[in-house]
Amino acid sequence: MAKTVVLERKPLSLSERTYLPQIVTGLKTTFSNMFKEKATLQYPEEKPQLPQNYRGVPTLVNDPNGREKCVSCQLCEFVCPPKAIRITPGSVPEEDEDREHVEKAPQEFEINMLRCIYCGYCQEVCPEEAIFLLDEYSSSGYTREEMINNKAKLYELGGTLPDKHYKWDKKKDAEVEGNAH
Amino acid sequence: MEFNPEMLLQLGLKVLFAFTMVGAVMTMAGYSVLAERKVSAWMQGRVGPNRTALPFVENIPFIGSFLKGLGIFQPLADGLKFLFKEEIVPGHVNKVYYYMAPLVALVPALTTMTVLPFGQYYDEAGNSSPLILANLEVGILFIFAVSSLGVYGIVLAGWSSNSKYPFLGGIRSSAQMISYELAMGLSLLPVFLWVSVPGSEASALSLVGIVSSQNDSAWLLLIQPVSALIFLIALFAETNRLPFDMPESETDLVGGFHTEYGSFKFGIFFVAEYAHIVVGSAIFTTIFLGGWHFLPWIADPWPATWVGTLLGIGWFLAKTAFLIFFFIWIRWTIPRFRYDQVMSIGWTKLLPLALINLIVYVLLVTWLDQTPSATP
Amino acid sequence: MSGPDLLFYFFATLSLGGGLLMVFSRHPVSAALFMIVSLVGVASLFVLLDAFFLAILQVLVYAGAVMVLFLFIIMLLDVGPGGAKASRLKFLSGVAGLISVGLLVILLLDLSLGAMEPSDCSADGCEDCSETSAFAWPEIREETAANGNSLVFSPSVKAFGFGLLAKYMLPLQVAGFLLLAAMVGVIILSRKSTGEEGG
Ligand code: SF4
Ligand code: SF4
Repeated sequence: MAKTVVLERKPLSLSERTYLPQIVTGLKTTFSNMFKEKATLQYPEEKPQLPQNYRGVPTLVNDPNGREKCVSCQLCEFVCPPKAIRITPGSVPEEDEDREHVEKAPQEFEINMLRCIYCGYCQEVCPEEAIFLLDEYSSSGYTREEMINNKAKLYELGGTLPDKHYKWDKKKDAEVEGNAH
Repeated sequence: MEFNPEMLLQLGLKVLFAFTMVGAVMTMAGYSVLAERKVSAWMQGRVGPNRTALPFVENIPFIGSFLKGLGIFQPLADGLKFLFKEEIVPGHVNKVYYYMAPLVALVPALTTMTVLPFGQYYDEAGNSSPLILANLEVGILFIFAVSSLGVYGIVLAGWSSNSKYPFLGGIRSSAQMISYELAMGLSLLPVFLWVSVPGSEASALSLVGIVSSQNDSAWLLLIQPVSALIFLIALFAETNRLPFDMPESETDLVGGFHTEYGSFKFGIFFVAEYAHIVVGSAIFTTIFLGGWHFLPWIADPWPATWVGTLLGIGWFLAKTAFLIFFFIWIRWTIPRFRYDQVMSIGWTKLLPLALINLIVYVLLVTWLDQTPSATP
Repeated sequence: MSGPDLLFYFFATLSLGGGLLMVFSRHPVSAALFMIVSLVGVASLFVLLDAFFLAILQVLVYAGAVMVLFLFIIMLLDVGPGGAKASRLKFLSGVAGLISVGLLVILLLDLSLGAMEPSDCSADGCEDCSETSAFAWPEIREETAANGNSLVFSPSVKAFGFGLLAKYMLPLQVAGFLLLAAMVGVIILSRKSTGEEGG
């Protein structure tokens, strides 16, 4: 059992009761602080070093082959707490050699950055790992409209992630080998 | 007394000097705002304002960026900002007093400096006369009288704002200022007692007399440390600086008496506050730090010419600047007192201490008087 | 009209006008502020008479301290315009007015009877004020001279101190005692009674 030790508080001595020595100590501390190294980051010139798991602006990413990953399942739209995402689903044309088995792709994909709370749920819920909160953190604009990221903007921000997630390629290979599902 | 050219010239010179001094104090006030920001930044491991730049000065290779880094041009930008901000007057205020209050706050702060000696002028014969706008026999009392009027600005601002936080700030400040004025006056009595040599014709209530008494001998800070301490604490309270910034304590009164003020009117309050600090530092320098005289017990090393005049003024300004730094330093070191603590420090600690100090020095001076060899 | 005269009329108007406005203004706060104006005007008149010390004391004590307390109380009680409603107050103010008018008459009579001589001195401003003041109160000067002191009555601080602590020692002590009594009274009145609950 932890034992609590109650310490007797000593009565203040005369010099302590004037507070002057204590004030002098404090003054010394602040004075020496003046010559310490500054913690300030000169922001626009110097950028902060972001940690690996930093959650910046949500973006859409391509797979390593440069193809669209999002399949317009609208799970992110559903999960987004402040309803920042709006997806207009579209279909992938049947004859697209590159993207066999993918039925849908977003026709339009908007994330309203005035609503987004950077919670990262969209990244978490996405079955295709198509949406990522990357390290872009300074988004600004002069109007409300400018703050709504459309699909082009989202892909521009996201780019291509070098991940090892070739889900649809695997599906295609499987079908070629006659082993669908 | 008829007007003649010489009188007009004298009058013109006086007016010119007055404007120069107002300009100097205002500039110093502006730069103490900058100093406040810079020093607070350094003490907290930040760098402070370092972005403002003037178009051409900025391009001077080395100096430009150095000045920019020091934020030298920041006060200019701040002043312009105050000027061009939108004037907002809340609907519920008492208009006349609301507009009057900032002026009432600023004028006493600038008036006190008329009786402040800041240097020494040597004529051809090598005689020195003090540089001062008005050499009053009772200079220090004049300062007390005028600075006691400064409280009206705050009280009026608090009352005319017609809302609760400014009102509380105004009430607090008037109570605080009245309380600390007593300790302040009492703390100076022993100083004047010490300085006035018995039998001398000159009145020792004049600040010039005080400064010249410190020439070539100890600073009064060393002779009267308790007085200096009490005076300094009271000065903090009178200028509403941090351990005693009851009228505008941001944490409990939003902004205190100037909560309802914006743009230039707020700027005037701001400048008045710093002008108080500048003038207060100068007064402390004059009384306790030997004014424009060099170090204690050392005669002024500069020649008795205009060079000496300039060096003396510079030395005076350096001491004042150090005191301003001290004000800032204290502000960023000590937390604020609670209101009842402020009052109890003033009435139950400082006032009795000042009285005891007075009695001790009265006895001491009397004793020294009885033994003629040891007169100060 | 020369400079000091102009200044005299200016400050006289300031103090009289301030006083009048104080009496006639509806709002207590304005009244208090006008009273400050009037007091400062009087102080400036003292300055014109070379009595710097008196002037400064006037500002320091009345304008700086007493009036702050007045304002303080007016603001704390939040007295609106037209405070004096009760007939008792009306009666009291009538009595006070009568008394002050009486005092004024006595003062004027005394001045006109007692100080006929110095009227020619006031014409040329106040170049030599110690002379003027000595004229008005010749007894004091004679007495200090008779006591073997070189200090004549003058507006200097020293003369004030000397006068207070030598000639007017008794009144000073009495005034001090009165103030002490008032102070003790205030302390007793404002102290919470410890014996009973809720006192
Ligand atoms: S980060 Fe959160 S709020 Fe922002 S879009 Fe994704 S789910 Fe919505
Ligand atoms: S980003 Fe992911 S979760 Fe959102 S619609 Fe596209 S595939 Fe579905």
